Amino acid sequence: MVETVAGIDISRVDEIIDRSGADPEALIGILQDIQNEWHYLPLPALKRVAERINVPRNRVWAVATFYEAFTLEPRGRVHFMVCTGTACHVRGAEDVLRALEDELMIEVGHTTPDGEFSFETAHCLGACAMGPVVVVGDEYHGHMSRAKILDLLTGFRDGSTELAEVRGEAAVE
Amino acid sequence: MKATSRDHLAEIAREIAESYGRFKTTISVCGGTGCQASGCRSVRHALEAELKKRNLTDIVRLLVTGCHGFCQQGPLILIRPGDILYCKVQPDWVPRIVEETVIHGRTIDNFLYRDPVSMIRIEKEQDIPFYAVQSKLILGDNTCLDPTDIRDYIALGGYQALAKALFDLDPEEIIEIIQASRLRGRGGGGFPTGRKWASALKAPGDHKWVICNADEGDPGAFMDESILEGNPHLVLEGMIIGARAICADAPVGSTELAKVGGFVYVRNEYPLALERISEAINQAREWGFLGKNILGSGFDFDIRINRGGGAFVCGESTALIASLEGKPGEPRAKYIHTVEHGYHSEPTVLNNVETWANVPGIIRHGPAKYRELGTEGSPGTKIFSLVGKVQNTGLVEIPMGTSLRRLVEDIGGGVPEKKTFKAVQTGGPSGGCLPESLLDLPVDFDALTEAGSMMGSGGIIVMDSDTCMVDVARYFVRFLESESCGKCTPCREGLREMDRILTRITEGRGESGDPAYLVELARWMEGGSLCALGTTAANPVLSTLKHFSDEYTTHITDRKCPAGVCRELTEYYVVEENCTGCTLCAKVCPTGAASGESKKAHSIDTLLCIKCNECYKACKFDAIGRCR
Repeated sequence: MVETVAGIDISRVDEIIDRSGADPEALIGILQDIQNEWHYLPLPALKRVAERINVPRNRVWAVATFYEAFTLEPRGRVHFMVCTGTACHVRGAEDVLRALEDELMIEVGHTTPDGEFSFETAHCLGACAMGPVVVVGDEYHGHMSRAKILDLLTGFRDGSTELAEVRGEAAVE
Repeated sequence: MKATSRDHLAEIAREIAESYGRFKTTISVCGGTGCQASGCRSVRHALEAELKKRNLTDIVRLLVTGCHGFCQQGPLILIRPGDILYCKVQPDWVPRIVEETVIHGRTIDNFLYRDPVSMIRIEKEQDIPFYAVQSKLILGDNTCLDPTDIRDYIALGGYQALAKALFDLDPEEIIEIIQASRLRGRGGGGFPTGRKWASALKAPGDHKWVICNADEGDPGAFMDESILEGNPHLVLEGMIIGARAICADAPVGSTELAKVGGFVYVRNEYPLALERISEAINQAREWGFLGKNILGSGFDFDIRINRGGGAFVCGESTALIASLEGKPGEPRAKYIHTVEHGYHSEPTVLNNVETWANVPGIIRHGPAKYRELGTEGSPGTKIFSLVGKVQNTGLVEIPMGTSLRRLVEDIGGGVPEKKTFKAVQTGGPSGGCLPESLLDLPVDFDALTEAGSMMGSGGIIVMDSDTCMVDVARYFVRFLESESCGKCTPCREGLREMDRILTRITEGRGESGDPAYLVELARWMEGGSLCALGTTAANPVLSTLKHFSDEYTTHITDRKCPAGVCRELTEYYVVEENCTGCTLCAKVCPTGAASGESKKAHSIDTLLCIKCNECYKACKFDAIGRCR
């Protein structure tokens, strides 16, 4: 029988922990794998990790909230990562960010009530020469502007743009 | 296949090179992150399909490589022989490229790079000004090898330096060579690599560690990412040599437990780099360069990957080690040296990606050859990411000591049309902004530090007249404020206070004493913080105050932002004498604020204007003003 807590399959959490080994040093890697699976860190999973690798919950929470990579709020189906590195900043990343805020009516780091969209900022995504850069799923979009991000958003809304999720070979242009 | 001895490795290298001899042409498609953002995947798929269709796969090699550097012109493809570079390649060009260039050896002029000044098309990569002044010691092989195939690296002489280190040299000799090369850490600090290794060799301990810091956190910098994506084995080879160098008591021929272990700490934001280095480690194990009894020498060493959690402070060695141990990345006091008490309190050598990548070349060609490039105090080359408001953005590798002017003007082609150069930011959030008058400074570790900036890991962000220096200072302060681990109060609270002051200046509420107050805060932070993040955090503020004090004054006394960036201080308007009535501003305006009749001067309704900047970017006649 599958043990689920608040919709989270605990056996899946156990599998992830077993893969890295139930070692306190593996904590960050385990949390990354959990985040890859659910796109955020669900509370029941965090509790399970603390139990399994034998560290206080306090420490699991400390790590989960210290590192930028982790989020405790479920992300949207379509998640925009807006680069705000220096190169993107001087080329107008702020305008792109504001366009998303205005259009989605949510603040950075949050998700629309229907669970469709969310966005966050990243300090540098390493495609500086193409700035401003936005990453959606697996795809890098260079030279972004207010108009281009809104076009992209419209595409996702009416279904004309599909989400590329697989790295490398299978990703759709 | 496992290389079991030095001779075996040489034999394998010969065999691989021979097997590649059947290819008459090599097409090298840049698959770096930058080119991915310009759509290189579809170009690559088109090439694959076309070569297959024409039955050319046996004589034409399609290489998907790491970064070629010239990201601005991507997607890039380089065709050899001939070194023909096609820029901004579209998938529908592919059939013509295969027909004309690959089959008939004819260059297609329209696909070549066109110099924006002379308007002349340039055929060969090495003749393009962007590439002509570079010396690609580290990045040179990026266009020649498939980073997912270890055989390419071996064919180019890869792992020969390791063989030399294992069979011809003892640890002291390896370190002597590195010391004689005067290699300095490329992560930003510029600490002599050989001295670090020598301390680790001397440090007592049954077990030691080598770590590769690939947590490239400086915003606007992607050098390390590109090395890992383009040539991961170069980094691995450097690390294995380093591991051998610090382990005096790992006698060659022993089969005891490994005396030394390794980590690559990679940024999670670099999925492709992570994939490439993981793949490379697996292949290196399969081929006998990692694991037990490397190349039959009896030396054991293996490398694990650790994914960073996205914390800038983890670039700091002790914070990185805390993170490896599964803890929040908080630095500790520096009087405990990492080389003696690092990971698990054992002796640890930590170098960044680019530093490790320099090692194989130094061992292979000797320190004298290495010192031929660069300056006395900073030999070798340095890779920079040249980005921001510059014509040619991308990744460049130049000898140390090259002037900033050469970098920005000759390689970068200066700032884009109609704008004027304002500043160049070097050294990331710990660095500073330098004005035009300092452009003749040579880039090396010491000269930039003296000028109040620093070389840092190699981000060069060019800023033009549209950049507000107070906004830039606030940008870095906010960046650091969100990245401060919070352990030291002067850093945590000082940055918060600086943000408050800078915000009020950019909102037109600045007070006359603010600049002096910022300087005082900076002094507190410098003196009272444990790690380099805190002690250097005020540099962007101090350097902009020093070189661009007039901009602070204009914000504080005139309540104006001359660059038109600070929203509270700007007002969009039409410069009537420049306006041709082309209607473009009205077309791009999302709120209808910009309007007017065709061929007549337009106007902007400030009540409707949301300051989204679209009209400013769209206008080709300099007819939109932002600061009256």
